[in-house]
Amino acid sequence: MNPAFSVIFFTVLSGAGYGLWFWTVVGAPLLGEGKHPGLLLVMNLVIGFLMVTVGLLSSVLHLGKPARAWRAFSQWRTSWLSREGVMAIATFLPAMYLAGVFFGWLPSGNVPLAVAGILLAIGSVTTVLCTAMIYASLKPIPAWRHRVVVPVYLIFALQTGGWITAFDCADEPGRMHLVVIGVCSLATLALAAMKLAYWRDIDRIELPSREAATGLEGIGKVTVFERPHTEANYLTREMGFVLARKHSRKLRAIALLLFAGVPLLALALAWMLPVTAVFALWIAALSALLGAFVERWLFFAEAKHMVMLYY
Amino acid sequence: MTALPEPSRKKLGLVIDLDTCVGCHACAVACKEWNAGGIAGPLTDENPYGKEPFGVWFNRVHSYEVEPLAASSQAAMTVHFPRSCLHCETPACVTVCPTGASYKRAEDGIVLVDEDKCIGCKLCSWACPYGAREYSAVEGVMKKCTLCVDRIYNEHLDEIERQPACVQACPTRARHFGDLGDPQSKVSQLVAERGGRDLLPELGYKPVNKYLPPRPRRGATASAPADATRADEKLDPATLPPVLRWLDRVLSR
Repeated sequence: MNPAFSVIFFTVLSGAGYGLWFWTVVGAPLLGEGKHPGLLLVMNLVIGFLMVTVGLLSSVLHLGKPARAWRAFSQWRTSWLSREGVMAIATFLPAMYLAGVFFGWLPSGNVPLAVAGILLAIGSVTTVLCTAMIYASLKPIPAWRHRVVVPVYLIFALQTGGWITAFDCADEPGRMHLVVIGVCSLATLALAAMKLAYWRDIDRIELPSREAATGLEGIGKVTVFERPHTEANYLTREMGFVLARKHSRKLRAIALLLFAGVPLLALALAWMLPVTAVFALWIAALSALLGAFVERWLFFAEAKHMVMLYY
Repeated sequence: MTALPEPSRKKLGLVIDLDTCVGCHACAVACKEWNAGGIAGPLTDENPYGKEPFGVWFNRVHSYEVEPLAASSQAAMTVHFPRSCLHCETPACVTVCPTGASYKRAEDGIVLVDEDKCIGCKLCSWACPYGAREYSAVEGVMKKCTLCVDRIYNEHLDEIERQPACVQACPTRARHFGDLGDPQSKVSQLVAERGGRDLLPELGYKPVNKYLPPRPRRGATASAPADATRADEKLDPATLPPVLRWLDRVLSR
């Protein structure tokens, strides 16, 4: 598949933003009596807001008719893309309320805060789930039907958002720090294992035969004699992307190093030399995000679409 | 609505005969001609007379070489394969559409795009394994075969012309249009008689269009010939000198 930059940018950046929102809510009760725990939450909310919004805007730019994007909220009964749009907008509501409370514009209260927090966490996870399901539900692209695709999307959101949270609260005392870093490290290891399994498996996926695609099964072995046209077309450009598969080994190694290797090494450095903690966690967050970009680029670019059986 | 309607009784579609298609591309050209000005028009071409022309086609004719299976003495053949929308009964291209632009008509099963609602997200083209949908970057919307919905019901045309442009243009009558939901229709009977096939049926989209496989070529036998003469070596004894003709006759006994 042709890796559209706007979609990759959207899934990675918004994913990290939703992860950040999730950790903001889940981590809030674990925050200690630090200097300014409220400030940390506000910072997380705002950074998350920027990432989610920039990502969503970038996905709108992917459209041929961006001005009609509002129509995409209508078909949530059947379409995962529509569900994603609805969830993305719905998730903004608790985020806006929480921001309003933290900035002192809206009245506070334990119950509304808790409800908004829970809604934000659920909305964040559900939006990423819908994004993953857009791809996982496409039968003509067998690689995306792999069982780790949905968990990988979710864990990448938690991991990239988590490393940013860990960096944000690096100098805040409290249990949040330990919980976030602990979960992030486990998530990083899980991602590495899942992506290795995914890459091993997609190399072995067999697409249906060209005979099945042309209805000539049992008649003979079908090879392409002549394409319909001498020039490329939308299908061959959009679905017939070869570059990534040519360099897949190197790119996979780069992705793995960036999203798993560097963050874990940085963490080890922070553990051994606590004075470097803030810097090391900054490197971990940045590297995880870059690694997620490479991984997502490969996710699109390596996947084979069945229509190329005809070509 | 991108929710699929109840399955319609009427299932309009095409039956394409791979035995008689000669790969002349007349269907593709006639389709392009009609639909450039029909309801799905324009069928945009970018740089049409330039070095790398690029454009939308609803119909593309592939040519394949078919190497016979080892067990038959069938000669290798070329099969021309026109590829267009199959107007599936359960099309994923419709259900993935976030806006309701993509829809399947309840009355006759034709799958269409309402280009005024399409946002150009291209997801429907990803959901189609048959490559039926092509995106026009110039207009920013998705395009697809309409089964010439603006011809088949068009009362301004003579009745004989109320069929898809590709069907009408085919010089070898390799394309047949009709109601595949009616088992008594000519197209359904043709499918039953010739063993019409679905493409990639395991995906479960239930294509309405059917493809008729090429018939076995004349003179093909199920097993290899017993003597050393290869099937493709034909000997005409009349051309031999009298002595060799006699030898051939004696040895052939």
